[in-house]
Parts: sequence; structure tokens; C-alpha cells
Amino acid sequence: MIRTARTILAKDLRLELRTKESVPAMTLFTLTVYVLFHFGLDRSSLDGSLASGVLWVTLLLAAVVGVARLFATEREEGGIDGLLLAPVDRTALFVAKGAALFLFLCAVELVALPAFALLLLGPGLLEPLPELLPVLLLANLGLAAVGALVAALAAETRAPELIVPLLLLPLLVPVLIAAAQATEPLLREDPSADNLGRWLGLLTLYDVVFVLLSVAVFDYLLED
Amino acid sequence: MYSKGFKPLSIATVVAVATSLALIFFYAPLDADQGFVQKIFYVHVPMAIVALGGWVAGGLMAIRHLRSGDRSWDVRSYVAIHLSIILGVGVLVTGSIWARASWGHWWVWDEPVLVSFLIVFLLYCVYYPLRFSIEDPERQARYSSVFAIAAGAFVPLNFIAVRLAQSYTHPRVLSQTGGDLPGEMRLTFLVSLAAMALLFATLWKLELTSKNAAAQLKRLRTKLNARVAA
Repeated sequence: MIRTARTILAKDLRLELRTKESVPAMTLFTLTVYVLFHFGLDRSSLDGSLASGVLWVTLLLAAVVGVARLFATEREEGGIDGLLLAPVDRTALFVAKGAALFLFLCAVELVALPAFALLLLGPGLLEPLPELLPVLLLANLGLAAVGALVAALAAETRAPELIVPLLLLPLLVPVLIAAAQATEPLLREDPSADNLGRWLGLLTLYDVVFVLLSVAVFDYLLED
Repeated sequence: MYSKGFKPLSIATVVAVATSLALIFFYAPLDADQGFVQKIFYVHVPMAIVALGGWVAGGLMAIRHLRSGDRSWDVRSYVAIHLSIILGVGVLVTGSIWARASWGHWWVWDEPVLVSFLIVFLLYCVYYPLRFSIEDPERQARYSSVFAIAAGAFVPLNFIAVRLAQSYTHPRVLSQTGGDLPGEMRLTFLVSLAAMALLFATLWKLELTSKNAAAQLKRLRTKLNARVAA
């Protein structure tokens, strides 16, 4: 199963490297949303809860863009039939798609975070970075698990581009709560790590529940 | 097939609803602090509990559907979720009225139960566009069930998250579940809860019966048309 997953993941990554479709689009999207927030809030520098809120809402919206494209090539070019005809475990497909989304999100954040620090953030980003990293990784894991599940759910509907955001955003509210609450004290003028453990715990719980759940139900999606 | 036991169930429902209304208006004491408005509690809270229970039950029925492959369980799950969404509208409306009367605002963001309920409600509203944008009936049942399971697991998680986000800044003063209610209020509350649960069960059965009858009628009509054509 691991080998199959790795093969599908390698295919997705190669596809992404050659077409450069998802990651650049998601990155560009985050930058645009920063600009929107700058004008929407009419603030040139943010800190505290406003900064963490803007950062996480932007990342969540970027994830929506990525999730909407996750099965797009398979659907449009008919590659899904090939995948489904192959005698491979559906779980491998879930793991591969989730891993691809996870890597995409990490790649987006590599650009989106420095850009955020440069464009909007008042306090520095380097100082709270060690505490911020586990929050980002755990949130990405949750986003990847739920994102792959939602992408598969929406793939067979008549209007996936409509279903994905409607379905994904409410499901991600706990991630937003935990990530934004954990990040808020880190982005203050005098950063501190209040309650970091409890929010990391909540993110871990969310990740565990949705990874297990997705693995359990994924077999029933994308059949026949 | 679904109508078995429907008559006693509906009689029990009528009795329970009448009793609970009588208790609410004539037996339960007026709240010393909030007065008459507090009586909406006997409608609002049972409705919320039954709606959440209906959603979780919908998830369990969906598990049963995926395990057994019997599509009638998908219909059961669909009807349970559908009814819970209708109750959910009632919960949000009555909650809003209560909030307006006792706190002066139509919506309060620092009431974790209300906020979590809104999030869960928004998620379940997507059940309709998801279900009805899949045409193949077998696939529709399968995908709807997967949604019902994921959303059912999401309900408790979401409540934990929202509660955690607020418990530090806003300590909970009033326990809503009836832990510290005086006896008369608690009795009224429990009867109202039972009445709401019975009402849910009756409506659920009724809707299933009518769906079943409609499907049967459609089958017969197709058969008839085929015979006439031949």
C-alpha cells in the first residue's frame, strides 16, 4: 500500500512540477488576499488576534483552492478511470492525495509566511517561528486529511467547485479556532506562548479523528 | 413496512406534547431572574438536543448502510438528517429570541453552545446540494452516507473546539443541561425532552412511510405503463 501511495504521490508531484498549476495559484491567491485584507481593514500593519486571524483565514482559503484542484486533472482527462481500474487499495489513493495536499500547503506557506511578515505583520516573524512551526504542521495535516476526503466527496457531484468550499470551510472551523488561538499570542508585540499545549492537543485530536475516519470511509468513495 | 406501530407512537406523541405544554404553562414556576421568557428554554433546549441526536443517529444509520449495503438505511439516515435540519432552524430562531430577551442581543458570540450549533447547522445544510447533485442513485446513497459519517464525527469535535476557545475568557455561569434545576423545572424539562424526541420519531416514521409509498407507486406505475405499451 505504501508503495502504491508513493507511486501516485510521485505522479502528482511530477505533474505539479511540470504544469505548475496548484502551488503557484494558491500562493498567488494568498498574496491577493493579503492585499484585500490590507484595504478591507485599512491597516498597514497587524498584530495579535487580527494578524493571526488574517493569516489563518488566508491559508484556509488557499487550501480551498488547492482542494478544488486535487482531483481535477483525473476528472478532466479521465485519469480517474485508470486509477480505479488498477487493482490498488483506495486507501493508498487517499494517502497519496492527502500527502500531495500536505506538501502543496507547506510549499505555499514557505512563500506566504515571509510575504505576510513583509506586507502586513507588525512584530517580527523569526522570534515566534519555533512555536509556530508545530502549529503549521499539525494544521496542514488536518487540512490535508479533510481536504482529500472533501475532494473525493465532491469529485462525483455535478458542481464540485460549489460543493468544495461549502463543505470544507465549516469542517475546518475547529482547525481555524485552534490554529488562530495558538498563533495569536505568538504574533503580539511581546510574543509569548500562552496555552500552546492545549491548542496543539486539539489540533492533534482533530488530525487523528479525521485521518482515521477518512481512511475508514475512503473505500466507499470512488468505487466503480 | 415502516407503518408498524405507528398508531400507538403517534398517540403517545400527542399525549406527551400536550402534557409538556400543560406543564410548561401551568406547572413550571416562573424564573425569578428572567420571568416568562425563560419558558422558551423548554422548547429550545429539547429541540437542540433532539436535533443533535438526530444528526448523530443519521451518522450511525449511514455506517449501517455502508456495512450492509442495504439502501433503506441510507433513506433512514437522510430522513433523520433532514428532520434535524428543520429542527435546527427552530433551535436557531428560539435561541435568538431567548438571547434577545435575556441578554438584549439577537445573537451572542460568547455563548459556545449556540455558536457550535450554528457551525454544525451550516455544515449539514450542505447535505442537500451534495446529495442532489449526484444523479446515480446508488452512488448518491454511498456519498451521502460518507458525508453523514464525517459530519456525525465532526459534531462532538466542534463542540469541544468552540467550548475550549471560550472557557478562559467567559466562565460558564449557568449550566443549561438541567444539572442545577429545581425539581419542578427539571420534571417539565424532562417531559418536554421526551415529547420532542417522540415527535421526532413520529415524523421520521411518517416521512419514511410516505417515501416508501411514493417509491412503490412509482414502481407500479412504470409496470402499468410497460403493460399498456405492450
